[in-house]
Amino acid sequence: MPAPYATPEDLRTVLLDAGLLVQTRTDGLYHRSGDFEGVLQGVERYAAEQRTDATAPRRWFPPIMARDDFLRTDYLRSFPDLVGSVDVFTGGDQEHKQLLAELEEGRDWTLALDPAEVVLSSSICHSLYGTLPTGIPDDGLLHECCGFAFRHEPSLDPARMQSFRMYEFVLVGTPAQAVAHRDLWLQRGLDSLAALGLSVRSDAANDPFFGRVGRMLAANQLHAELKYEVLIDLTEAKPTAIASANYHEDHFGLPFGLTTPDGEVAHSACFGYGLERITLALFATHGTDVTGWPGEVRSLLGC
Amino acid sequence: MTVKDQIRAILGQHAKLSTDISAVGDGDDLYAAGMTSHASVTVMLACEDEWDIEFPQQMLKKSTFASVDAIAAALAELDITDGVGSGVSS
Repeated sequence: MPAPYATPEDLRTVLLDAGLLVQTRTDGLYHRSGDFEGVLQGVERYAAEQRTDATAPRRWFPPIMARDDFLRTDYLRSFPDLVGSVDVFTGGDQEHKQLLAELEEGRDWTLALDPAEVVLSSSICHSLYGTLPTGIPDDGLLHECCGFAFRHEPSLDPARMQSFRMYEFVLVGTPAQAVAHRDLWLQRGLDSLAALGLSVRSDAANDPFFGRVGRMLAANQLHAELKYEVLIDLTEAKPTAIASANYHEDHFGLPFGLTTPDGEVAHSACFGYGLERITLALFATHGTDVTGWPGEVRSLLGC
Repeated sequence: MTVKDQIRAILGQHAKLSTDISAVGDGDDLYAAGMTSHASVTVMLACEDEWDIEFPQQMLKKSTFASVDAIAAALAELDITDGVGSGVSS
């Protein structure tokens, strides 16, 4: 199926004109309309319904996470350009006066702030690992989690938002359990998204690791086929990933001290539905008016 | 000290192998010996520091750092061989 739009800018213009997204002063930061959010919440429910184990705990995370957990993920080493650290004011009256003077004179008032004990969430499952029991049971630990992620990458491509949500299925266990989870969910993800009338396919992918070192990490990740993305052509420019299936090896098990019953470091894998991007894909594919969408799709999403 | 000795010293310090580097043969797979993807990057950077070189883009891949022999071969392509010194040949 050909891409419905020629360029990301064309898609953006249509979404803004339809009022589905509202532009702000900052690229990559949008307000969502009631219609957009209604579909997104339908997508979130639909993603959650794909669960294989009705006993797996579900957690919704706030858009911030503990700084210590963030540091343990080693995100700073691989993606320093995407990080959002939170600064807060901890001074007294005197420092407040100075801060206002700096502001008044157009100087850098943020120098009066200090790093908080929290940062903006780098990814959804990053919030999870530090709260798990360190002894992973025989069958592995399955969790579902949903929340916001922040990526500082201002762009005019509506699919590249600075703040977005994902619904993830995370498994921590043995290497074999983690790989099996990744592979099972890649197929479930593809099937469930195709059922929404989306022309999806999968391909091996790499994360956008930073710098020269990052190019080597990206090549390694691609070579080892650790990451797969569910792709769709929304524009002719490049495919858009609307979900991803990731095998992390021991990247999180090691720093968070997670071990399997045989005493080995636990491995992990996650599958994430990108809620904003799937919602964008639905509007791009089926049109900006939900009432005109195929009945089956509206019924699956309850919208 | 030969180039391979220097490579071994770097691996001993940065590769985080599950066995001692002296037990690893020149042709043995370092990843099978426990070197992680992240550790291989640290090894790459340590080689660049040691010989004051920069690996070109096409060498920035897993196989370049898969064994002592592979690293020595990559360095040889950049004219780092026994007798050349530390990359600052006169």
